[in-house]
Amino acid sequence: MKPVLLIDFGSTYTKITAVDVDSEEILGTAQSYTTIETDIINGLNNALAILREKIGDIQFAEQYACSSAAGGLRMVAIGLVPDLTAKAARQASLGAGAKVIKTYSYELTEGDLREIDEINPDICLLTGGTDGGNKENIIFNAQMLARSQRNFPIIIAGNRNCAEKCEEILKDKQTYTCENVMPRLDIPNVEPVQKKIRSIFLEQIVKAKGLSKAQQLIQGILMPTPSAMLTAMKLLAKGTSTEEGIGDLVGVDLGGATTDIYSMSFGLPTMGMTALKGLREEYAKRTVEGDIGMRYSIHGIVEATDIARVSELSGLSEQRCTELIDYLATHTDVVPSDDNTELEAIDYALASLAIETAVTRHAGRLEQFYSPMGVSYMQTGKDLTAVKTVIVTGGALIHTKRTAQIASHALFSPLDPLSLKPKTAEVLVDRKYILAAMGLLSTEYPDVALRIMKKELVKDGVH
Amino acid sequence: MEKKKLILGVIGADCHAVGNTILNRAFLDAGFDVTNLGVLVPQEDFIKAAVEVGADAIIVSSLYGQGEIDCTGMREKCDEAGLKGILLYAGGNLVVGKVPVEEIERRYKAMGFDRAFGPGTDPQVTIKFLKQDLGVE
Repeated sequence: MKPVLLIDFGSTYTKITAVDVDSEEILGTAQSYTTIETDIINGLNNALAILREKIGDIQFAEQYACSSAAGGLRMVAIGLVPDLTAKAARQASLGAGAKVIKTYSYELTEGDLREIDEINPDICLLTGGTDGGNKENIIFNAQMLARSQRNFPIIIAGNRNCAEKCEEILKDKQTYTCENVMPRLDIPNVEPVQKKIRSIFLEQIVKAKGLSKAQQLIQGILMPTPSAMLTAMKLLAKGTSTEEGIGDLVGVDLGGATTDIYSMSFGLPTMGMTALKGLREEYAKRTVEGDIGMRYSIHGIVEATDIARVSELSGLSEQRCTELIDYLATHTDVVPSDDNTELEAIDYALASLAIETAVTRHAGRLEQFYSPMGVSYMQTGKDLTAVKTVIVTGGALIHTKRTAQIASHALFSPLDPLSLKPKTAEVLVDRKYILAAMGLLSTEYPDVALRIMKKELVKDGVH
Repeated sequence: MEKKKLILGVIGADCHAVGNTILNRAFLDAGFDVTNLGVLVPQEDFIKAAVEVGADAIIVSSLYGQGEIDCTGMREKCDEAGLKGILLYAGGNLVVGKVPVEEIERRYKAMGFDRAFGPGTDPQVTIKFLKQDLGVE
């Protein structure tokens, strides 16, 4: 038996998973409130105590952690054209597991600079211009950032012909230079930037967030939590050189404050007569809908859709829906119990609408053209219609009996035929909350992590 | 010396692709740095690309007759986008019906294009004018 402890220092809960890597089994899980104000180790110890009650006193051979505590990895992204380098910069940051507080385009104004200083991000990503392309913008923005009153590290990942000049302008700041996030038009190059973000996170941010004491007791805090999720999903989809993955997939993480959507797919057009337009999207894509969540952002779900739809899906009157929603917004730890059919119904409706909205925003879209040659299509973003697997996680999806029904709202609908969501897909449920843990485990034991996921993430969570 | 940068594409709802491929090859062989946006390209996409790439010229192709409608306002958008004075060329079946080349040129120059080329123009002719207008060998 080789027991490994995987820790997720979440923003609210510290979640731990014990795995035996020899027998490739989950030994047990536990959670407790994250204690960032005092000492983060307290929350961990509380969770460990709960775990020991369940599975006995185990000596762990290795321990790994990820974290989204203390606000997670907070970033600001700067680029030139909003749909091009600014978007590529934002996507690169999201894919590295960051929380992108704001994205800026064109030249930074004085107001923008004040805002950035107020935000005081953990990392600032400066891009703009393809290689050999526009120079003026990134240089102008470097000159603005040089006047910042703060000390956040800046990653320079724009036109390579300006990198040295930007470094020179920012010589009194901490800078790191990277390959251009969009070296040629429309083709993103996110991996070098993501590697850099990860290494800065490990070097500096872990210490700054009071997590370094935890660092001493474990092999290391390896990554921000969303990065662990992305790693797990990518592994599950692609597999390793020795173990097969399950193919293209879409992942849904429905939280109390945000909804994260992941897609592992190149998303190339599946129909003929379709031209792919705009910035290409990376295979492993993550989007975060900060206005959509089951409690803290519950009103965002209604704003994004309609109270009439909430009423329709829950079977409750619009007035009753509004009352319940207002109640849940201020009683954020309420979970529907088995006999509370009203709460169960409203959570069902809200979860369904949240998923439908978030996946629609994430997936690509088609536009139809009628030309002298007949109908042709323009596609922006990814065509996910051929994806056959949807993975769901998050309390609202795990602790309900109607997971498959809720998850079906992630699928293609004839009422919105231009939204390229998966047409038919199997729903796999992360009932034991192991995705982030498996992402962590895969850094040392990729095949084991993959096999455990294949075993544990089964259809509708029914074993 | 740095290569001059071109944005190439077929504008609007037009998906004629063969001429675009031929022009792409011809311009590359002539020593230009070509960003080819392909077919079905809205005005905005030409402009966004030109801004990001720092282009010297935008070459618009139109084959299906609606070119005048699709190209209207393009020069003004270039000015807005900080591309004042960028070279704008148009070529293909630029108007509906049989119209003398001088008339085609007049109409497109009135819209702010620097040059307009009628159907059947040899790419080498365009290349000659490009080199002349951009001041290269």
